[in-house]
Amino acid sequence: MVDPVNHRIEQLVRDEWPKLVATLVGELGDLGLAEDAAQDAAEVALRRWLDDGIPDRPGAWITTVARRRAVDRIRREKLGQEKAAQLARLQARMAINDGAEAGHGANMLRDEQLALIFGCCHPALSVEAQIALTLRAVGGLTTAEIARGFVVPEPTMAQRLVRAKRKIATAAIPFRIPDDAELLSRLGVVHHVLYLIFNEGYVASRGHDHVRDDLTAEAIRLSRLLATLLNDDAETHGQLALFLFIESRRPARTDAAGDIVLLADQDRSLWDRHLIAEASAALERAMALASPGPYQLEAAINGLHAEAASEVDTDWAQIVLLYRELSRRRPTPVTTLNLAVAVALAGGPAAGLELLDAPDLAAELAEYRYYHSARADLLRRLDDPAAGDAYRRALQLTDSEPERRFLAQRLDQLTS
Amino acid sequence: MKYACLIYSDENDAVANPDPASPEFQPMMAGYVKFGEESTAAGVNLGGEPLANTSSATSVQLRDGEIITTDGPFAETKEQLGGFYILDCDSLDEAISWAAKIPHAATGTIEVRPVPDFSQAG
Repeated sequence: MVDPVNHRIEQLVRDEWPKLVATLVGELGDLGLAEDAAQDAAEVALRRWLDDGIPDRPGAWITTVARRRAVDRIRREKLGQEKAAQLARLQARMAINDGAEAGHGANMLRDEQLALIFGCCHPALSVEAQIALTLRAVGGLTTAEIARGFVVPEPTMAQRLVRAKRKIATAAIPFRIPDDAELLSRLGVVHHVLYLIFNEGYVASRGHDHVRDDLTAEAIRLSRLLATLLNDDAETHGQLALFLFIESRRPARTDAAGDIVLLADQDRSLWDRHLIAEASAALERAMALASPGPYQLEAAINGLHAEAASEVDTDWAQIVLLYRELSRRRPTPVTTLNLAVAVALAGGPAAGLELLDAPDLAAELAEYRYYHSARADLLRRLDDPAAGDAYRRALQLTDSEPERRFLAQRLDQLTS
Repeated sequence: MKYACLIYSDENDAVANPDPASPEFQPMMAGYVKFGEESTAAGVNLGGEPLANTSSATSVQLRDGEIITTDGPFAETKEQLGGFYILDCDSLDEAISWAAKIPHAATGTIEVRPVPDFSQAG
């Protein structure tokens, strides 16, 4: 039973979290300390607000508590000059305005949050570290939650976070908004991290649930935040639109038994219309900025699915064009695979198969399970007996339970 | 904050490391002179040295009080340490932007390593 007041407080604390950590990192220059103080303050808020009610300005309230906790922690833990400098900065801030965010305008808060995001997604950190730090420092997930999401033992994830924070401190990785010259490539890293978080939730490739929606929800939350902070970046809105379109199909993606339902077979009345509307608005915003990119193209493709009443009604010719543009801008084997599937739906399985059987693609995707399952599907439609081998190859390569069941079922239908 | 920029490249690659007698050698050296001037003018260059090829290296170990010397570098690798700079920068981002200007960044790899300050250690 979810207590509504409790739930609202938790929601509020979560929403305040990135602002809180960003402010503290800006003042302390120490991510580990900022997180610890923010965690302390969040726990105090969860307790006190339940008893005393939610304060008028929850953000200011929680920031004040966090600063005090940071002072306590510095006094206990730090040594020498560093301690003195940090205390001086914090106390100056507290003296100017104890308890309020005045003098800490919206712009500054926006810049601090962006600086936090760019710092967590710094290219000098490993991708695993970028993901873990972003979920922890920006998303406010606990180490245990992140570990569960990525199916690693909690001590492993804790170790990963400790190492990442140690590298940030030792190598002096800065929390700052990159210069214009590097902004585009640095933003690409941020988008990549969000994409990986979303994807991990979407296909739990090592787990047993087809969808781990906590990670997709978290990626969407982060993407919404980034779109608010970078309102003029087209690809940021494009990525948000992409996530939302895909998420809108979640209720239809698995059946009651937890088995996969392919796009073609989904009950489209189950698609979440609110999310589709939000996705369309984000895509429109992106396109109005007139700076096309891969995420917008992928979102547009998914937008065409969202508009169509069924697979047959889908504008496959338009989707083929969008995939061609996508492979021009981002020529990866997986894009070619998707193009081939669209070509098959627009012009028949033989045309798609021709693209799939190109020797270069076959070699590059030899170990990629979706290559073999897509190929199997086209062969099946052509009544080609080679479909069986392709399904078996896909089966060998998957370690996801629902996918295994799905492929085995298709293989059964083939032989019966 | 001090950073060591360790310059790695394939010493047997004539493009990355042209022979001093070849015409390609001078432009490369000019690149280093330019880097030295720029980084010194910006006040970040605390020094640096080129290293002779690993074929001239000797590895030394002390075992049970005895000096053991071996011909060659510590590790045989495809790219070798060919020189270094010590730079004084505010952050890793600044160090990275300087490292990218070292001529061998274009043909080899610059490893950026923070130089820890132990002066405050207890």
